[in-house]
Order: sequence, then structure tokens, then C-alpha cells
Amino acid sequence: MKEVSPAKAYALHLGVIALLFALSFVLPEYHHGLLARIMVLAVFAMGYNMLFGYVGLLSLGHAMFFSAGLYGAGLAVIHLGWSVPAAFAAGLACGALLALIIGVLALRTSGVAFMIVTMMFAQVFYLIILYFASWTGGDQGLVVPQSARVLVLGSTSLGLTNPTVRYMSALALFSIVLLVTLAVVRSRYGRVLVAIRENEERTKMLGYDTFSNKLAAVVVSGTICAASGAAYALLFGYVGSTFASVQYSILPLLWVLLGGAATTLGPLIGTLFMYYVVDITSGYTSAYLLIVGIALILLVLFFPKGILGTIRQRWLGWLP
Amino acid sequence: MMPLLTTKGLSRNFGGLRAVDGVDFALMPGEIRAVIGPNGAGKTTFVSLVSGRIQPSSGMIVFDGADITNLPAYARVRLGIAYTFQITSVFANLTAYDNVALPVQRTLTDGRSKGAVHAGVMAALERTGLADRAHMPAGQLSYGHQRLLEVAMGLALKPRLLILDEPTQGLADSEIDNFIGLVREIAKSATVLLIEHNMPVVMQLADRITVFNAGKILAEGTPEQVRANAEVQAAYLGTTP
Repeated sequence: MKEVSPAKAYALHLGVIALLFALSFVLPEYHHGLLARIMVLAVFAMGYNMLFGYVGLLSLGHAMFFSAGLYGAGLAVIHLGWSVPAAFAAGLACGALLALIIGVLALRTSGVAFMIVTMMFAQVFYLIILYFASWTGGDQGLVVPQSARVLVLGSTSLGLTNPTVRYMSALALFSIVLLVTLAVVRSRYGRVLVAIRENEERTKMLGYDTFSNKLAAVVVSGTICAASGAAYALLFGYVGSTFASVQYSILPLLWVLLGGAATTLGPLIGTLFMYYVVDITSGYTSAYLLIVGIALILLVLFFPKGILGTIRQRWLGWLP
Repeated sequence: MMPLLTTKGLSRNFGGLRAVDGVDFALMPGEIRAVIGPNGAGKTTFVSLVSGRIQPSSGMIVFDGADITNLPAYARVRLGIAYTFQITSVFANLTAYDNVALPVQRTLTDGRSKGAVHAGVMAALERTGLADRAHMPAGQLSYGHQRLLEVAMGLALKPRLLILDEPTQGLADSEIDNFIGLVREIAKSATVLLIEHNMPVVMQLADRITVFNAGKILAEGTPEQVRANAEVQAAYLGTTP
């Protein structure tokens, strides 16, 4: 499972990144913008997958990590006038810190209790955003001014509102996170995470401090989700409380399940699939959610482990 | 010589049941010690207390001169107490290789060298005769091989004390012979604490035997002494009519 040619796995991932890069030059404007958004949200899904897919911890509160990044970066720009890189770092820091605190508390539980506890914390986070409306814009949200969304690199300044810059920034983030995820799951640490998922008691009896390992995974997962949120705020210029609502805790779970839990590329495929099913069907009928529902049922029937998970199980055992 | 492991007044209650009741126990380094006793005598509870899987109600455990009573299980493993499960609990979805790589990679202090993990894994698999099955998912191995994999994982921890909880349960006779040879070899570098129901295995392997009954130590001695002990015969082997 782990010893099979690493070159093949890296080639596939680099191929996917190259394909996304090439698509930037051929896609029509609408799909170009949509794909940039999908890549950013796929990062959210990858962060979720790190915890859910590899460690087997089902959180229903990951919207708080996404929105920690979203508000951390957005508010730093709006209220403090920070530059884009500084704001992005602020978003990451908020997500990492929040994940550390939530991890210490929530990991005292497991299973259903863990789901409920994470969901409650996320709800608290959501209500805090609404409560401090004078800062956060409450349920209206805030728009990050275009003038502030400029990335200054030496003497050149890149406007993040420019579609190509936006697409390439999204791709850069996506690529980094994808390769980091691949490296982590292939590493010794990744092997320990899978062992915890498969049998935590046994892992302890091999001398592993499973609590610390799980806590580290929560922090990594939360930080990746925060990176997605921070990028969203800076690239798309909107910071809103919807992103902290329970819906945005369920969506990454759905994307990951669709694409294939514990597969590195599954989160991208799941996010892509879900966005395009909604996009295409809503063009034909206002009852598109019905069709989305049917598509999901068919998928569960024929691809019970998600698209990539089932492909791996049946045909391509070497997929990471 | 100082004992490797001692327990003093070790007790564990489950509700009203005293599963382990004030046990004073000492194990010398290099020994193969068998723990026997009828079902429900408290053998598994006793070794679970030693390995840290459950916490004692009272009493203390000393390993290599240090009080480990309050250490969590994983920290005890790091001190060198390895436990192999009575009910086979290998990672069924991982390959035999990955199963053994988990303990190997943890014991390596030199975390960088990839070759060291591979060498350690293959050494443990070869000692247990599983090398040619390294890339099979553990769940697809035969029961006997899963038991051996369990031992390989214990070995890979480089333990100072290896606790084997009913290792021969469910093994065929031919496999048991190999197993006896394996335990003898392990005992060259580690102290072995063995819970076993199979009397021929116990008599062949053990340097000393401890007999549990109703949570207490009923008798202790060499195989011959235990075999001749009238109380043991009454409690465990059955009374002669």
C-alpha cells in the first residue's frame, strides 16, 4: 500500500496541477472564475479530509476554522489596513490557534460526542460573529475593498481582482496544500494517523501518544481550512457569517465523501463535481436540488467510497 | 539481582468484583514466566494493569526500579513493556509491513534514515516467518499468521518485558511447535510474561509458573513444584475423585 512507486503518485499530482494551470488559458471567463473558487474551496475540503479521512475524526464544526481564516484575514485588512501577505498570515494564525484550543477541548470526546462538541463550538463561533456586528458586519458581512486587495511583490503590484492573478493565486495555494497533504499522508506521521483511525487502542499499545498525534492533526487540518478561508476573503473580497454557519461545516464533509475520503485528490474531485452538478442542473430547472439529490443517491449506490475511493478500491490500488 | 517488575498490593475492582486482589508479584530479568489459572482468575486483568491498559484501584507497580503506577500505557511501552493482545488486533486494512513499521519507526531514535525502518521491519517479519507476506493486508492473513504478526509487532518494539496474552490460542499443533521455538529465541533478549492455557506449552517454556485463582496468587514455583502442589491441583487441574 505504501511501498508502491512514489514516483507514480507524485507524477499524477504534478500532472493534475499542470492540467489546472493549462486550463487557465483555455477556459471561458465564467468557468475560469468558477474553477478558481473551486480550487480555494477544495483546499477547505483537503483540510477537512486530513482529519476525517486519515484520522477518522468526524467534525461537524469545520466552518469555524474556515471562517477563522476568513475573518482573520478580512478584518486585518479592513480594520487594521494590513497588507495581503500579513493578512493571510493573520488568518492562518487565527485558524491554528483556534484549532489548538478546540482540539484540546473536543478531543476529550470521540465518536458522536466529538461531532456534537465540534458543532456546538462552531455554533458559538457563529453567534460571536453575529454578536460583534459592529466589527464583523453581522449577517450582512463585509466587503474587502478592492484597493486593499493588491499583492505587492518588490516593484510589481498584482491586483487580486484580476482574473488571471486570482486564478494563479488559487492554484498556487491549492498546489502547495495538495503536495503538503501528499507528503504528510505518505510520511511516518501519516501512517500513525491511519493507525489511530483503524484501531486507537492498539496504536497506544505500540507506544504512541495518540492524543498528541490527534491534536497535531486537528491543528494541521484547522490551519489548512483557515488558509482556504483567508484566501477566499482576499481573492473574492467578501467576508460573511454564512461561511460560519452549520451549512459550511457539512459541505466539506459532503465534498470529501463524494470525492473519496482518505484520498489526496478526492477533495478536489468532490468539490468540482458538486459545484458543476449544481451549476449545470440549475441552468435547466429551478428544482435543481431534486436532481442534485438523485445524483448523490446514485453516487452512494455505485461509488460507496466516493468517486476516487471506489476507483482506488476496484482498479488503481496505488492511488494515495 | 533486582527484579525487572514488581507489584505490591495490586488490586482492581469492577463494581463489587475484586478481579485482582492484593497481588504481590516479582519477575526477574531474563525469565520466562507463565501465568496460569482458571477462567476469570484475573490473569488478563493483571497483565492489563501492568501494561497500563487499565488503572489499578490500589497498589503499585515498579518496573526496573521506577514507580510506573501512574504512567499512561504509551509511556510504559516506551519504557519497554510490550503487550500482545489476546484477541488478535492487528490493523486489518494495513499491510503486514505497515503493521510492523508502526512499532519500528517509533523505536528508532534516528528518525531520518528510511533504510532503518525497512531493515527493522524485515528483520521482525523474518524472525516470525512472515517476510514473504509483507505486502498482504493483515486482515487477509490466516489466523495463525495474524497471531505471529501480533508477536512481530511486539518484537519490533524491542521490549525488555514482552507480555503474551494467550498467544497459542487457535493455533494448529505444527504452528505451536514453531511458536515455542520463537518464544525461546525472544527470551534471549527479553523477559517474557506469558498467559497460557495450553499446559504442554507452559511446561515446556516456563522457568517459573504463577498460578492465579479468584484474583489472588495461589502458588508460584518451578513447573515441577506447581505440578506437585495439592492446592493447585484442587483449584485448577481438578480434584481426583
